[in-house]
Amino acid sequence: MTEPVNKMPIDAKVMPALTSLLYQLADDDFILAYRGSEWLGLAPHIEEDVAFSSISQDTMGHAAMFYQLLEDLGEGKVDSLAHARKAAERRNAVLLEAVNGPGHYLSAAQYDWAFAVARNYFYIQSKKIRLDSLKNSSYQPLAELALKVNMELYYHLLHWKTWFIQLMQAGGEARTRMEAAVGKVLADFEGVITLGPLAKDMADHGLIEPEEVLKQRWLLIMKPVFESINLAVSEADLAMKNGNGRIGEHTADLDAALATLSEVYNINPAASW
Amino acid sequence: MEQNQKLIKNALEALHNVKDPEIDTISIVDLGMLEQIEVEGNSAVVKLLPTFMGCPALDIIRKNVETEILKAGKFEKIEVRFIYHPPWTSDRVTETGRLKLKEFGIAPPPQLISETGEWHVDCPFCGSTYTTMDNLFGPTACRSILYCKSCRNPFEAMKPVSTMM
Ligand SMILES: [Zn+2]
Repeated sequence: MTEPVNKMPIDAKVMPALTSLLYQLADDDFILAYRGSEWLGLAPHIEEDVAFSSISQDTMGHAAMFYQLLEDLGEGKVDSLAHARKAAERRNAVLLEAVNGPGHYLSAAQYDWAFAVARNYFYIQSKKIRLDSLKNSSYQPLAELALKVNMELYYHLLHWKTWFIQLMQAGGEARTRMEAAVGKVLADFEGVITLGPLAKDMADHGLIEPEEVLKQRWLLIMKPVFESINLAVSEADLAMKNGNGRIGEHTADLDAALATLSEVYNINPAASW
Repeated sequence: MEQNQKLIKNALEALHNVKDPEIDTISIVDLGMLEQIEVEGNSAVVKLLPTFMGCPALDIIRKNVETEILKAGKFEKIEVRFIYHPPWTSDRVTETGRLKLKEFGIAPPPQLISETGEWHVDCPFCGSTYTTMDNLFGPTACRSILYCKSCRNPFEAMKPVSTMM
């Protein structure tokens, strides 16, 4: 679907770090877009349904573009990269694979809107920081893609930030549920921030800035937001409670999601998504 | 060379017949989606910039581009490529495009965005500046829903998109 990348020779030393980074970017967006699509028809109101599905479509579009860069590097076809890889091969953060709440989207779904708001807002802010950094990536095709994705993210971020602040300021049950959701998100947010075992190589090759720089930037940007809603969050709250997805550690939630996804894919692997 | 210029002109005219699947009065050229037409013999490569990447209309646009250029009769092989570099920005919408959007009841993308990221559009129906944002995401990712407090009409606006964001 896209312009073939100039087949400029890539230093073999850079390849492991580059593909590792691309798998993280692609898998993060892919699984979160899938979780977003499960919300269809269940969001708090019809306008939100439209907005959320629009954002999820964009996010799936971003995942497809990152998979395309992997295809261009000889990692396989976009469709199979997205649909046919097992959980242990996935590099997405564990936080992003977690179910939306108890129940199945076809029956008796009790999805947690507070969790959706906190997860999406925190993630998209970190994705924005990551992509701002990638605009200066030494890998030109990634730098070019980052510029495009970044412009769309601006609106995603504005959307979730608005929800987050509104619900936080609403007080009462909304506030209580939001605080619980924030706790749940932070408990696995280190898993979103981390760039995995090759993080240092990524920075050394100029693919992206060092992980720690990006983390501090996230904390710095979130600080005034947390202060404005009177929420105490410190760096020590960021943890990796349910495993490190960057090394292939995942939960049963991902297995279940992939089973559903591959069911559709295996019926007709050639079908376009 | 001169022959190629003629062929490119032929393809470009055909592209003016390819409309946005949702706003059937505005062409993809006036939306600023066309980046380049390459011609070699009887084959044409058309490079288009998607407005938003999750845009579900891209496949329809691709087919319509092929159909219209074929219809124009000079080409046998047409390839449509969606590229993202340079990125599409809302200032690529032409003056004609802005006019057509307005006629359709959609406010064209505002050209000025404040440092805080806030932007303002006038009502496409009555021209009032007294409008409020109802929903950042309209029926498609590239549009928002606003409300005019003067004539009390809801309306859609095309979102401003710039590389400064
Ligand atoms: Zn009006």
